[in-house]
Amino acid sequence: MRFEAGGSIRRLVRLLLLGSLFALAGQAVAQGNPRDPYEGFNRAMFSANEALDKYAARPVAQAYDAAVPLPVKASVGNFFGNVGEVWVGANNVMQGKVGDAGTGFARLLINSTVGIFGLFDVASEMGLERYNEDFGQTLAVWGVGGGPYVFLPVIGPRTTRDLAGWAVDTYVDPVSFVNPESVRVGASVIRFVDIRAGLLPADRIIEEAALDKYAYIRDAYLQRRNNLIHDGRPPRTDD
Amino acid sequence: MIKYLSAYFLSVLLSFSAVAAEAPDELVKRVSGEVLEIVRQDKDIRNGDIQKILALVDSKVLPNFNFQRMTALAVGRDWRSATPAQKTRLAAEFKLLLVRTYANALTNYSNQRIVFRPFRMRDGDTEALVRSEVVQPGAQPVQIDYWLEFADGQWKVFDVVVAGISLVTNYREQFAREVRDGGIDGLIASLAAKNKSLESPAGNRASR
Repeated sequence: MRFEAGGSIRRLVRLLLLGSLFALAGQAVAQGNPRDPYEGFNRAMFSANEALDKYAARPVAQAYDAAVPLPVKASVGNFFGNVGEVWVGANNVMQGKVGDAGTGFARLLINSTVGIFGLFDVASEMGLERYNEDFGQTLAVWGVGGGPYVFLPVIGPRTTRDLAGWAVDTYVDPVSFVNPESVRVGASVIRFVDIRAGLLPADRIIEEAALDKYAYIRDAYLQRRNNLIHDGRPPRTDD
Repeated sequence: MIKYLSAYFLSVLLSFSAVAAEAPDELVKRVSGEVLEIVRQDKDIRNGDIQKILALVDSKVLPNFNFQRMTALAVGRDWRSATPAQKTRLAAEFKLLLVRTYANALTNYSNQRIVFRPFRMRDGDTEALVRSEVVQPGAQPVQIDYWLEFADGQWKVFDVVVAGISLVTNYREQFAREVRDGGIDGLIASLAAKNKSLESPAGNRASR
């Protein structure tokens, strides 16, 4: 049973995705943000996710945050950052940013030689940037539009394009090739908890800053994606 | 004696820079450096002494912001339909919300270095973008961009973009909805209510 967990989680995710696509098809409500036509559905999913977060994800992340010393946390984050570096490089190539791809690969090399198997992020100290790239951004550079915004429990906010990109990212994720399955599931859980713990300080800010938490997170996500797609220099769209 | 002399020279320098209007990147660098230094040296601030934090924000940070412009940017099209009195109240409430939110966030930051990206500006520009990055142990660097506007002989910040997210325009949809539901006065009332809820100790320490 225990060793089945990874497979069934993946099946559950697929089911959720499929189910939500059908739900989306029947839900188009035209009001509010034009990029969020399924707002009713999304808000329902958002509430479900809030409950999940409140009673499961956040307490676990808080315990992890309190129990694990900073150097270990840094290592966990850097390790998963490193694991993803090759795919970041590949996405740079696919977006025609060959110089950046070199930096990505160089980082991996520097990390693995200067750092201890990439556990300590020496490259950042040396002034090399980490490039945040994923397949959703590659699709964007190839001209695929964002499509409607969707919010799904656990997965969180995505545009339809980035949801497709995320599926590809997950498929090629080195962690998904790890055997045995117990290690793979363990690694995925640690990564999830580490990411969630990294977001703990943001919780309070969002809680305090937002008039409407759902809209605040949606618009922040859409801005952030736009920024990543334009590599930190999106055109300014004001008045 | 040396102390007095250097203080004197410092004040002379300051009065010179006031005449020549400090360049936008210099301004952001100086203020960030001063604030970080104070946070590093003051234990009370790092421990979340909200009164001390607010005093620091009031004296060092707020004078460099243009809240009218910020509020106009956050409200968007509806700003034009607001009366001058409404504009003043809106800006005051929005300012309070931002201060309360981000004054609390300050205490999470003590161990970082701020790295500034190369700055470019042409003569006669009245808007400038200062790009920086916060480098912190055990985390990805965070990109922080400041948009400044030159008005009345002084550069002032009107937008702060953290990791690509504008802390100002991110309010636009929420504000537009409030205006749709209750007009400008409805938005002012919602902001005031939000600020009131943050005043209580429970709201101040929501998830920590």
